[in-house]
Amino acid sequence: MAKTAVKTRTVAMTGNAGCALAMKQINPDVVAAYPITPQTTIVEEFANYVANGQVDTEYVNVESEHSAMSACIGASAAGARVMTTTSSQGLALMWEELSIASAMRLPIVMHNVNRALSGPINIHCDHSDSMGARDMGWVQLFSENAQEAYDNTIIAMRVAEHEDVLLPVMILHDGFITSHAIDRFDILGDDEVKSFVGEYIPKRTLLDVDDPATFGPFAMPAFYYEQRKALRVALDGAKDVVIKVSKEYGELTGRMYGLFEEYKLDDAELGIIVLGSTAGTAKYVVDRMRVEGVKVGLLKPRLFRPFPSAEIADALSHLKAVAVMDRSDSIGALGGPVYVEVKAALYNSSKRPAVQGYVYGLGGRDTGPDQIETVINDIKKVAGGEEAPRETVTLIGVKE
Amino acid sequence: MKWDIKDVESWGWQKHPIGATIPEGGNADYYKTGGWRTQRPVWDEKKCTDCLLCWINCPDSSVRVAGEKFANFDYDHCKGCGICAKICTPKAIAMRDEGGEE
Ligand code: SF4
Ligand code: SF4
Repeated sequence: MAKTAVKTRTVAMTGNAGCALAMKQINPDVVAAYPITPQTTIVEEFANYVANGQVDTEYVNVESEHSAMSACIGASAAGARVMTTTSSQGLALMWEELSIASAMRLPIVMHNVNRALSGPINIHCDHSDSMGARDMGWVQLFSENAQEAYDNTIIAMRVAEHEDVLLPVMILHDGFITSHAIDRFDILGDDEVKSFVGEYIPKRTLLDVDDPATFGPFAMPAFYYEQRKALRVALDGAKDVVIKVSKEYGELTGRMYGLFEEYKLDDAELGIIVLGSTAGTAKYVVDRMRVEGVKVGLLKPRLFRPFPSAEIADALSHLKAVAVMDRSDSIGALGGPVYVEVKAALYNSSKRPAVQGYVYGLGGRDTGPDQIETVINDIKKVAGGEEAPRETVTLIGVKE
Repeated sequence: MKWDIKDVESWGWQKHPIGATIPEGGNADYYKTGGWRTQRPVWDEKKCTDCLLCWINCPDSSVRVAGEKFANFDYDHCKGCGICAKICTPKAIAMRDEGGEE
């Protein structure tokens, strides 16, 4: 057990309850949210905190996610600390506001509990919802389990409001797998969270009648492009802030998080890249195959936006072959979004492994250890020179 | 104008306030939209009852009022949509083609 600067308490609760608890401890000024499976229990639980007077939050019941994000934007522009949560179609309905929130540089923190996008309609886990929103200018942090979902919520608030960032942050965890399963994890005390997140002091607010400002104005071709450059610079810069805030959090809790997690990757020849809850299964498979003498390791991305291309290329440089597993498909592209990012990150490196892409678990299709083992055995053939790497993505676990 | 934007067209990305915020309010005034007009509203004082429905309904705040009575149109911003003419019961506003006879 790592040495920690504070007393932590171990709890048994669902990932969603952990996220609601983190929200309660942050005590945001405004939450505007609309329930949608599998996110519902976060807003349900948080509504209890509001009803019981355990938070000071103004809780806005809205008629849709479009209104939820609109209310969040208004509240955030007014200088409030704002949080919300959604899933799948809810995120899709927020679409036009997502890019407005980031362009207006509003530090809104939102959980998106990953659920497959319709259609066909489905309520179970895949990452097609948030991957669809990857170019919206939001920081995206993925969580493997309830512990990470809880920790990322607290870290995200600090990252969003950091003066070098001032961007919305989307925290992702897997629908039903992480959201609804009861997990054992450690929490901080209310006071510790309060002092870690500190007070949010906005530079300019919509409600300042003594110093009025115009928020969200129209930008003609002479001005729009410069705003987009400023947004790119800010989002790229969020990487260093994620490192810094995560380190500070790690010193407090003993739980160290980086841009990604490396598991037995140091001396590996084969690598597997997977984010979210399946990384847990992959660690088990890595252990199992290590016993059989297969030199395999895992890289689990945590920060997906901004994508830490150089750091990932560096971490993979010594490998012979890498399998990238995506829980969403970028239909019509080379493969899933993580695969495409990783491959692009490696292209200009002089030392780079062969890369092969896999899609798995769409719409909540169960992904067990055997499937992951098959993937590792598959890239073993590429690493050994028996097979050339396939350019096209392989959909695993689908019935042919 | 509190904000010196003489050379705004040449500003680099770092000079603009974060999130495109403009550090003053009410600045739509500087943008003259009257040039978009193909028809202009013309007011007939004799028919007007000063009900001010035109003022309430003008989407561009281009009906000016003084002492709770109709004053004039703000032709710098009026886009010529014709809503005021449509809403006016005593038909005190007529829409005339721009560029034609005055
Ligand atoms: S609506 Fe017609 S009558 Fe009423 S104030 Fe306007 S011009 Fe006058
Ligand atoms: S024509 Fe339209 S914009 Fe012009 S004054 Fe009438 S209502 Fe307003």
